[in-house]
Amino acid sequence: MTAATVDPGAITAPPIRSSAEDFKARMLRRAPLLPALIFTVIVTQLPFLYTLYISVIGWDRDHPEFGHKFVGLKNFRAVFSDHALREAVLVTVELTVLVVLVSLALGLVLALLLDRRFAGRGVVRTLLIAPFLIMPMAAALLWKHAFYNAQFGLINGVINGLRGWFGNHTPTSWSILTDHPLLAVAIPLIWQWTPFMMLILLAGLQSQPGDVLEAARVDGASAWQIFRTITLPHLRQYLELSVLLGSIYIIQAFDAIYTVTRGISNTTNLPFAIFETQTESGDYGVTSAEGVLVVFGTIVVATFALRVVSSLFKEEANS
Amino acid sequence: MRSIRVRTMALIGVTATAAGLLTACSGAGGGGSSSGGSKSINVLMVGNSQMTDIQKLTADNFTKDSGIKVNFTVLDENSLRAKVQDDVANKTGAFDVVTIGAYEVPIWSKNGWLHEVSSYSGSDSEFDQADILKPMLTAASGSDGKLYGIPFYGESSMLMYRKDLLQAKGITMPEHPTWQQVADAAAKVADKSSGMAGICLRGLKGWGEMFAPLTTVVNTMGGTWFNKDWTPQVNAAGFTKAVTFYTNLVKQYGEPDPQTSGFTECQNAIGQGKAAMWYDATSGAGKLEDSTQSKVAGKLGYAFAPVDQTKYSGWLWSWDWAMPSTTKRADSAWKFISWASSKKYENLVGTKLGWSRVPDGKRESTYSIADYQKATSGYYKIVKESIENADPANPGTQPRPAIGVQFVDVPEFADLGDKVSSYVDDVLTGASSVAAALDKGQKDAEAVAKVYQKTG
Repeated sequence: MTAATVDPGAITAPPIRSSAEDFKARMLRRAPLLPALIFTVIVTQLPFLYTLYISVIGWDRDHPEFGHKFVGLKNFRAVFSDHALREAVLVTVELTVLVVLVSLALGLVLALLLDRRFAGRGVVRTLLIAPFLIMPMAAALLWKHAFYNAQFGLINGVINGLRGWFGNHTPTSWSILTDHPLLAVAIPLIWQWTPFMMLILLAGLQSQPGDVLEAARVDGASAWQIFRTITLPHLRQYLELSVLLGSIYIIQAFDAIYTVTRGISNTTNLPFAIFETQTESGDYGVTSAEGVLVVFGTIVVATFALRVVSSLFKEEANS
Repeated sequence: MRSIRVRTMALIGVTATAAGLLTACSGAGGGGSSSGGSKSINVLMVGNSQMTDIQKLTADNFTKDSGIKVNFTVLDENSLRAKVQDDVANKTGAFDVVTIGAYEVPIWSKNGWLHEVSSYSGSDSEFDQADILKPMLTAASGSDGKLYGIPFYGESSMLMYRKDLLQAKGITMPEHPTWQQVADAAAKVADKSSGMAGICLRGLKGWGEMFAPLTTVVNTMGGTWFNKDWTPQVNAAGFTKAVTFYTNLVKQYGEPDPQTSGFTECQNAIGQGKAAMWYDATSGAGKLEDSTQSKVAGKLGYAFAPVDQTKYSGWLWSWDWAMPSTTKRADSAWKFISWASSKKYENLVGTKLGWSRVPDGKRESTYSIADYQKATSGYYKIVKESIENADPANPGTQPRPAIGVQFVDVPEFADLGDKVSSYVDDVLTGASSVAAALDKGQKDAEAVAKVYQKTG
């Protein structure tokens, strides 16, 4: 709608844009996005900057009379000298590795079984997905009381029943909560995350090219050979994706620990340790310092993880 | 025209950003004024049976008479303390009334987190402040002598045991037992084959869970958390003796998985016939004597808190109603508090739910009600005498730097008690020795002591 009058006879050279105009045009193109960007920066980065600020001041909930003085790196020193936190890092790694690997293995087995055609497959798939849909807190409570309880839980009930079968009527003194606390935390998590792994792997299995499998079978390959040489390589990127997504979620495990053990007997992971620092000691400074360190640790780990994923997508594009 | 479009876009963008910011701000603040007008209050309380009873009775009685709607939030003890502390320390103002314990009142009132209630209770003749037991008033007062909490129920600790089971083994429990006598009895009545624990003692992590009964054992066995000059005594002889005794007793004759058993779990264990004895809060007895909630009503005997080197060893505790200083509805809050701690309410619980469920241990007049005496004939005298003989200033065998029977009344104690209780849990699960656990505890206690040795 510009009312520029153009001399029809004149042949004009294409206008050469100055870099300033270029910049302006780029800015104009991006202007509509700017509000969203500013908003995102405000809601994600300001709280983090505030946390950074709190981590270098002394702020103790129990002692308002001390005020909020600048203390430099004192809070970070307190975090590094806290042996409980070093143990929490180890527990986080142990728990994540255990839960991810076991749920991956179980998920793979279930996905392979579900990949076959049989009557009632839809019902079975729905039932298998059910644990993933239960609230984590409810799942942890269910395991703690219905399964683990030494006096009326299912596990000891079954053991005692079997012992009674063989004429031994003294109840077992074995208890998973006492003998294997970390396993007791891991089981509800495994139970919840196996369906998640199963779904990803099932999607992978069903995207296999049918003609290749057909050809392999015609050529007389055994089921194991087909699985090893065709299915597994095909599944590789799905397996990697499951491990990555599973790890991201399970590193943050909280409900199971809070409910099943309250973090005693070496079952405190990083999120729970930060929660405990805050609720028990009420030292906002130290808690923020812990949070800041965990953020930096996560950035380092995530950088590597993202590289793995981007290589996955590259392969995807090339295949 | 193009520039107009850009300007419009920018305008829309700015408006959207502003709107987004506004909604982000209005989301904060929690359950404050948005839920009802001045005629409703928010109450945060611990999930003990006395509190769940009042939750049931409020709408048909208090709200009907006063027109004030009460929104209850119920949490477990550990979560409640953290939540209330964050709420009042950060002036969120989400709650008008909170239940707090004898440990918090002096500390929190000093920090200016609580609204004083003296001006209300002193001028409210119907409330009858003079009827409240002296130790309870003392426990609810700040250092300035003003009241900052109104006791809802008070308690000491005592031994509850199954008369029938002890009789079957030919044991008579004296009225003032020693810990050795209790341990011997537990050994005799414990029966692994039927899943009967000899005694249930709290093992759940937490200064207000495990360390409530355990600190009274420490006191009577000659130990203390700190000496008069704040020297930590966590790995000293008395403390070690008590923890060794307690953990051995629980491991040999106690409940299975003790690290998961707190007040509620032990109450259920004895109420469901899974434990023969229970040393815990006197306020736990009411539910056990109520045949609608317990299988052992009428089968229980009661004795004073077991001792070793002291004459009494019962603790002193009360759950109080308090107003955070951030409340904007203090008048309505007082109406609820004065009703909840009134004689009228005790009478209502007695007639509606049964006399053994009355929130007792706070009023002199409660103990002269004939119906109440009948329902609590087994233990009401023990409770009253225990409360009157608990001495927060001098609960053990040596002078103390701070008050408190089953706790040390400084803000750092909660964190210290929680940490040390998790070390003792490692002893209970067999992952650690008593000596190693208490050496770790001593280090934590030294850090606390530094704060107070400096300030003198």
